[in-house]
Amino acid sequence: MVQPLGYLKESASQTAGPYVHIGCTPNFVGIEGIFDQDLGSGPLYNDKTRGERITIRGHVYDGGGNTLKDGLVEIWQADTDGFYNSPSETRGKADPNFLGWARCPGDMATGEFVFHTIKPGKVPFDGTRWMAPHITFWVVARGINIGLQTRMYFPDEEDANAADPVLARIEHKVRIPTLIANRQGDDYVFDIRLQGENETVFFDI
Amino acid sequence: MKNTPPETGAFFARDRDMHPPAYAPWYKTSVLRSPQRALISLEGTKSEITGPVFGHGLLNELDNDLIMNYAKPGEMAVGQRILVHGQVLDERGIGVHGALVEFWQANAGGRYRHKKETYLAALDPNFGGVGRAITDENGYYWFKTIKPGPYPWPNGVNDWRPAHIHFSIFGHGFAQRLITQMYFEGDPLIWKCPIVKTIPDEDAIKRLVAPLDMNATIPMDMRAYKFDIVLRGRRSTLFENRKEGN
Repeated sequence: MVQPLGYLKESASQTAGPYVHIGCTPNFVGIEGIFDQDLGSGPLYNDKTRGERITIRGHVYDGGGNTLKDGLVEIWQADTDGFYNSPSETRGKADPNFLGWARCPGDMATGEFVFHTIKPGKVPFDGTRWMAPHITFWVVARGINIGLQTRMYFPDEEDANAADPVLARIEHKVRIPTLIANRQGDDYVFDIRLQGENETVFFDI
Repeated sequence: MKNTPPETGAFFARDRDMHPPAYAPWYKTSVLRSPQRALISLEGTKSEITGPVFGHGLLNELDNDLIMNYAKPGEMAVGQRILVHGQVLDERGIGVHGALVEFWQANAGGRYRHKKETYLAALDPNFGGVGRAITDENGYYWFKTIKPGPYPWPNGVNDWRPAHIHFSIFGHGFAQRLITQMYFEGDPLIWKCPIVKTIPDEDAIKRLVAPLDMNATIPMDMRAYKFDIVLRGRRSTLFENRKEGN
């Protein structure tokens, strides 16, 4: 016999269900007067935030090519200099006018999500390599049993993307473009395909 | 807040045997919403070990009182009054301080306040069904609510969800992000539910069932249920090479 290791087990995930908005964006579904505004709604920047303003829009598609109209997308990203606004950020202090996190429910008619944010800077991977500018996405919805994590990279960062150690981890190179947004006018478009042809790469992080 | 330096280690690998698989065809919606390709494994980078922090200033006085936070003046929600309380821990057993816990649920009759909800059970004009709390320095949270009713849903021809409360939790890193559901001790619907049964491990299911807690019950007012939530633990950087020289 040996001593038990004594670690606890992580609580099991369950689907967010079709009514995730009640808890996460109640004003969006007409439950008003409890929270002043929905957490994570609106632009991520204010007048004092440093960095290039960008807009990201996209849809989440199921394996039948249908858009999800009941999904919820959250993003987490670094500031314009590549610093995270988190106590676990050890390299320096992030822009105090940039939280770096937001959430957006898919539009109930079209399924579209939209984020008004800034373009993040490069973040170190380890002591010698850098990750290309990227934004972490987390997708939950009815039918998704555990939140899906992915990343959005930028099409105008070809050299940095080519040197990115996380993209290099993807054995089937043909899948890398699923993580790179498309430029449409002034906006970046990042569509997420849950299943099938051009299925988005999801990470176990 | 605790006077300890923030932790910067990577998180323990997620034990996927304790979580539902993406594809669980008896929960029909998962069939078209589950990736077919394997997940790409990635050790925690700065992007995963960091996460947003929400201050206590976010909260209004009634954010953790669902009996009152949507009620008209002088009224309150109808149903079984309960207190739900517990601790947010990580896998090392350490309380997670400052964690944002959001929760939402149906009313006493199993009816959600949502535009797309069509169940014939009545809305309660004094019940919204949403609240939130931030854990204290030891990871504790609590809220008052109405025990939700079971709820029929179009999956099989006669599927009913057990009484449940949805939880969303932010720990200290985005890799700890978790949404789950809490069930109530003794509910016979738990073991019939296709969504519960997406979890492959029986003990993992039991850890989502909150026991009745008569010690925390408020006499002549409300019963209590205790629901602890465990997030991923993280490695200590004391043992690691300081790759960045910090």
